[in-house]
Amino acid sequence: MAAEELTLQSHIQHHLTNAKMCSTENGLAFNKACSEAGFWTWHIDTLAWSIGLGILFLMIFRSAAKKANTGVPGKFQCFIEMIVEFVSDNVRDTFHGKSKLIAPLALTIFVWVFLMNLMDLIPVDFLPAFAGWVGETGFGVDSHDVYMKIVPTTDINMTAALALGVFLLMIGYGIRMKGIGGFIKELTLHPFSSSNMAVQILLIPFNLLLETIALVAKPFSLALRLFGNLYAGELIFILIGAIGLMQLPLHFVWAVFHILVIVLQAFVFMMLTIVYLSMASSESH
Amino acid sequence: MSLNMTLIGELIAFIVFVLFCMKFVWPPLNNAIEARQKKIADGLAAGEKAEKSLEEAQAKVADELKDAKAQAAEIIAQAKKRADETIEDGKKRGEQEREKIVAAGHSEVEAERNRLREELRKQVAVLAVAGASKIIEREIDKDAHSDIVEKLVAEL
Repeated sequence: MAAEELTLQSHIQHHLTNAKMCSTENGLAFNKACSEAGFWTWHIDTLAWSIGLGILFLMIFRSAAKKANTGVPGKFQCFIEMIVEFVSDNVRDTFHGKSKLIAPLALTIFVWVFLMNLMDLIPVDFLPAFAGWVGETGFGVDSHDVYMKIVPTTDINMTAALALGVFLLMIGYGIRMKGIGGFIKELTLHPFSSSNMAVQILLIPFNLLLETIALVAKPFSLALRLFGNLYAGELIFILIGAIGLMQLPLHFVWAVFHILVIVLQAFVFMMLTIVYLSMASSESH
Repeated sequence: MSLNMTLIGELIAFIVFVLFCMKFVWPPLNNAIEARQKKIADGLAAGEKAEKSLEEAQAKVADELKDAKAQAAEIIAQAKKRADETIEDGKKRGEQEREKIVAAGHSEVEAERNRLREELRKQVAVLAVAGASKIIEREIDKDAHSDIVEKLVAEL
């Protein structure tokens, strides 16, 4: 395990690589041993951080929910309820149906994505270096072979999972509100329609193509927007972290700017989720 | 950076989180917020109502106060009038009493004077007669000239 020379490129590469886990014939394998596993790889850092943050979110909000009553709320209670009301207002303004799911979904997306994005503000080397130290002293692994990517939303799997969940809900809502027939009709009879039956049938493939692209573009844009923003932000943090002492003011400036991105991206993901579900469940096209 | 099992794991986690949030987080928080909003709205309405009723009560109090003042003023005026009347009455009665007393005194004095005059006249008559008889004793017949004397006495 000769320590490879720490070049800038390898440093960046190291930062942008997830900790992998897969099962091989010899049992569980990690990182480089998983290069052949393909789809059957788990990114354990993404999973651990995201699920940990998700549980943190649920614990915080659950504790507030347990204490919730009609009396005078404390400061913590007020803060939590402000977030809940903020989400609730947005849902009410945008989604004009009755649904028990949309508001909790929006809340979960907003807070969870926000928390995951927030990990971006932890200086880029802290936790990976700590993980490397633990790996080296605790497990005898070369610290260069220990990977730790602490911002789950810089992993396309994370954002794609969220987008996929929203996509499934879009289809589910579309079918529930309009029926399977209505859903298929919407995919095939718009935007080009004709009163002539034959022409209409001719138009179906075009409509299907257009509508399918429009439908599939939504989860893609959701996943890639969040991923792209956070990945770029993380990359710039890593670059700043590699330039020596000058990084301090630069890091500060970028972090301040990035706070905006963190909240905005969480908000955008939530709003678009509500909008897409609202579109999926409304009759008019 | 390619899609792998993490996607499935995160999808499951996402679903679980959303379901948990839907079951255990959102309803109590939202219910509490809505209940509190209702409570505050009720409280505000009650406050407004109380303010209104307070205003009404104050207006009523002011009205009654005005009434009471008017009544008091009336009573005082009446009392004054009655006192004036009583005083006037008393004065009048006193005046009458005085006049009566004065009249009685006058009449008494008159009677006394008359009586005295009568007495005096009689005595003068007697005196005159006695004097005359002393002067013109014998010359005058008591019985024959008594009518002249009487006449004289009456002229006094």
